Amino acid sequence: MDKSTSQSEGQTVLEIKGLGVIYESEKGPLETVRDVSLKIGRGEVYGLVGESGSGKTTLARAVVRYLPRNGRISSGSVLLNGIDLLHLSPVEMRRVWGAKIAMVHQDPSAAVNPSLTVGEQVAEVARIHLGLSRGPAWQKALEMLAKVQLPDPGAMARRYPHQLSGGMLQRILIAAALITSPQLLIMDEPTTSLDVTTEAVILDLIRDLLKDYETAVLYITHNLGVIANVCDRVGVMYAGRLVEEGSIQQVFKHSLFPYTMGLMGCVPRIDVVRRGILLNTIPGFIPRPGEWPRGCIFAGRCPIVEEACRDTPMPLVEREPGHLTACRRWTGMDRVQVAFGIKDKVAQEHHPASGSTWLEAKDVKKYFGTGSSWLTRALKRRSTSVRAVDGISLRAQSGATVGIVGESGCGKTTFARCVVGLEQPTAGEVMLDGKRLGSTWAKRSPEILRQIQMVFQNPDASLNPFHPVGTSVSRPIMLRSRLSRSELDLQVRALFRAVRLPEDYTSRLPHELSGGEKQRVAIARAFAASPSVIICDEPVSSLDVSVQASLMNLLAELQSSKETTYLFISHDLAAVRHLSDRIAVIYLGQIVETGSAESVFAPPYHPYTEALFSAIPIPDPDVHRERIRLRGAVPSAAHIPSGCRFHTRCPRNIGTICEDHEPPWQDAGDDHFIQCHIPFQQLRAMQNAKADRHAVQVRAQA
Amino acid sequence: MTAYIVRRLGLILLTVLIASMVIFIATQLLPGDVAHVILGQFATPAAIENLREELGLNRPAVVQYADWLARFVTGDWGKSMVSGYAVRPLVLARLRNSFMLAILAFSLYVPLGIALGVVAAVNADRALDRALSALTMTFVGLPEFVSGLILIGTLALSWDLLPANSSISPDSGFLEAFPYLVLPAIAISLTCLGYVARMTRASTIDALRSDYAMAADLKGLPRIQVLLRHVLRNSLLPTVTVVAVSIGWLFGGLIVVESVFGYPGLGRLLVYGIQHRDLTLIQACSMVVVTIFGFANLLADVLYGVLNPRIRFSQ
Repeated sequence: MDKSTSQSEGQTVLEIKGLGVIYESEKGPLETVRDVSLKIGRGEVYGLVGESGSGKTTLARAVVRYLPRNGRISSGSVLLNGIDLLHLSPVEMRRVWGAKIAMVHQDPSAAVNPSLTVGEQVAEVARIHLGLSRGPAWQKALEMLAKVQLPDPGAMARRYPHQLSGGMLQRILIAAALITSPQLLIMDEPTTSLDVTTEAVILDLIRDLLKDYETAVLYITHNLGVIANVCDRVGVMYAGRLVEEGSIQQVFKHSLFPYTMGLMGCVPRIDVVRRGILLNTIPGFIPRPGEWPRGCIFAGRCPIVEEACRDTPMPLVEREPGHLTACRRWTGMDRVQVAFGIKDKVAQEHHPASGSTWLEAKDVKKYFGTGSSWLTRALKRRSTSVRAVDGISLRAQSGATVGIVGESGCGKTTFARCVVGLEQPTAGEVMLDGKRLGSTWAKRSPEILRQIQMVFQNPDASLNPFHPVGTSVSRPIMLRSRLSRSELDLQVRALFRAVRLPEDYTSRLPHELSGGEKQRVAIARAFAASPSVIICDEPVSSLDVSVQASLMNLLAELQSSKETTYLFISHDLAAVRHLSDRIAVIYLGQIVETGSAESVFAPPYHPYTEALFSAIPIPDPDVHRERIRLRGAVPSAAHIPSGCRFHTRCPRNIGTICEDHEPPWQDAGDDHFIQCHIPFQQLRAMQNAKADRHAVQVRAQA
Repeated sequence: MTAYIVRRLGLILLTVLIASMVIFIATQLLPGDVAHVILGQFATPAAIENLREELGLNRPAVVQYADWLARFVTGDWGKSMVSGYAVRPLVLARLRNSFMLAILAFSLYVPLGIALGVVAAVNADRALDRALSALTMTFVGLPEFVSGLILIGTLALSWDLLPANSSISPDSGFLEAFPYLVLPAIAISLTCLGYVARMTRASTIDALRSDYAMAADLKGLPRIQVLLRHVLRNSLLPTVTVVAVSIGWLFGGLIVVESVFGYPGLGRLLVYGIQHRDLTLIQACSMVVVTIFGFANLLADVLYGVLNPRIRFSQ
């Protein structure tokens, strides 16, 4: 894993010198990348990390000279093995693409042609660049499919993209990229659109494959955990500039740039952070292109800024061997630690009221019919129903947070929609404070509707684009009470203050706000009704890490002051753990493990929880964990496996009993339940053995 | 796939059925009594009553409709109310002529429309695209009787390249008729050409901006291969639907163009029927047009299914 020494040995494959990119816009030319220089050696994986708008994708597009029509490279050079790509003609560039530089894109399902077989999409690269004829090219493609560990390459190659899962498609794209053994491989967020479990498998594959290739890799991601797990060196981008560069150890363990330090603290750590502790946040926003300050780009948000920082720009300077920073005050990093808010890190004491069950779901089921037309039924002779939610029961106590976690397609969102009444459950009931609720919102009283609010994943879709955001927030208040205009205005302003938005934002339209600000409005709207329960469906997943952190802090603070019950739904185990008192792990429409946040993440685990836990990349190069990987994707909810529904992917499958019998609920004590055939004493023994093995390894390394 | 085709077929038969009801109601049941129409405004009430009885007009509407539909389906399309000749051979002969015109128009505007659309898309937002857009918009906006007259005025009268009048003998062969078909074919083509070009342009621009087109470019495939295999293969799918639907407009356009050029086709026959209030003729012509329209749509759906693996491979 530790390849950090290899970079000095390998010759330089890619060298970027002083690269600048300008986009022509209606407001005139906008500089989006300025003066970026970096080198990547043979066999080296260089991670480029940054938040959205930092210019990392633009940089990659500039390297391959594939900028949008309004973009142009304004300065610098891009050398690939000594040849300046910027001097090549478009026809010559086409001979570089695919052959010398290959690219793997973010969303695999959009990056494959839906009308061609996947094998053909790999083989065509071999035909063009390796000069192979149809037959040998197809053979070569099959070899590559085997290399990226797709089962039964012969049959797989003849399938069409819609028949494959996202993880399989990403393997296809990796196969197409590596078939020519390119000198440089650019991966732009290759796992971001995948589930954590799939992400983990693809990251393993990338790591293993790269051992066989001498390829230099430019790996772009916003995910610090992924960088720590895959890369040798890392460059941190901020507002179009490279602000820090060094080995993984250097940057993660003793960063020399305040922004990097801030970013590290923003990420909830599945292995460290516990409930009740606030995350670091970075105040302010990334300066937009065209609004860049004269001096240091981070000066406006930096806790250790001094006058000189604001006046003169600071280049990237090597301060330690191999470790470069653009901070003139790089010796004062310990003060950054303090300044980013460790002093008031602990939130107000959090005591969820015990005993009183506030929200309760009893055996909620939601089946969707497929093939409901008489004709399909007649032709198919059977109708399948999709069991999206298949009997979920849970309780949330007043003022507590119940986290619901699972892969995409596990039914967590459908369950949430059943609870708020947006979907009519097929069976089961929802109770609030002991009272049974109507099955849909139409059957619930305004008072009940007021009490249960929801924050949706995508604030762009949940805010009316034609209403000023203040109006959106005022609606739920009007539902609750008759107020005069000025009183209403006062309340809206108070809510804006509570979610840390400037009060004059009330008159703005949603498109004038950033993604994080919009989600704050959505949270304000949820609280406007003074609800007793708020259902948060992936409220932070679409946002940047630093914005995620501040929103999670906000949710935690509002809860402790207003005693609101949260149902927090997310695929992000770390976020769920960070915010939740209790956690329910869902697989294919059923809970497989439930307990307090501490007990669910302490052995004994359910094998599924264990796999989810193990899949999360941890942003710390020193943490090495045993890999527990799940095969394939979540089965379709239309064809739920027999017996234990997890048995098809379970790494701890113990044979026929798992395939034939539904597993029993086991009481692991302390209100912690596991649905598994393996006795929990045995599960605990496995975890202890694992911990011992790990300890031995650590000692051996030392 | 079978289920898909069966479902589509069912839907189109239903559409034709509903259209047949509308046609029947419009021609036979609405005020303006059929017997009155036949006998003229000076007929005696007794004569009208006799004819009503004879034509079965006193039966309930549903029975009349069922009877009419059953006879239509079995090939008995009735007799012309004006001339007394059987309607079916007349309609089918004129249909053949209209087909000759339609096929020529079709083979003009489909390839040309797709080509113009692709050229415009590849040069999107450049001068050439703007010029082509202006041109195709003009085509779409220009009614056939105007474009027809312009064509006659220029190509036929001013430059004397092609005959201005296409009133040939109704039983001419294709080669014999060809010189007379060119001008009307161009006149009908223009509108459809505009539509096909604009749709092709829109869907091709979408495909060009897609991630898979970018991925294909960055594989280093030659530009022409990216365009043909990756872009057009996907972008022409919606065009197939537009082309099939355009067959419907084509037959609508025939009515006007055939009248402008005096061409003996189905459209002209329909206009004749309307002018003489020949209800049987109107019914037969309308039903033929509706059926052609329906099956053109079926063809589009099937082609779309065959070309789109997402439909082809769903069981």
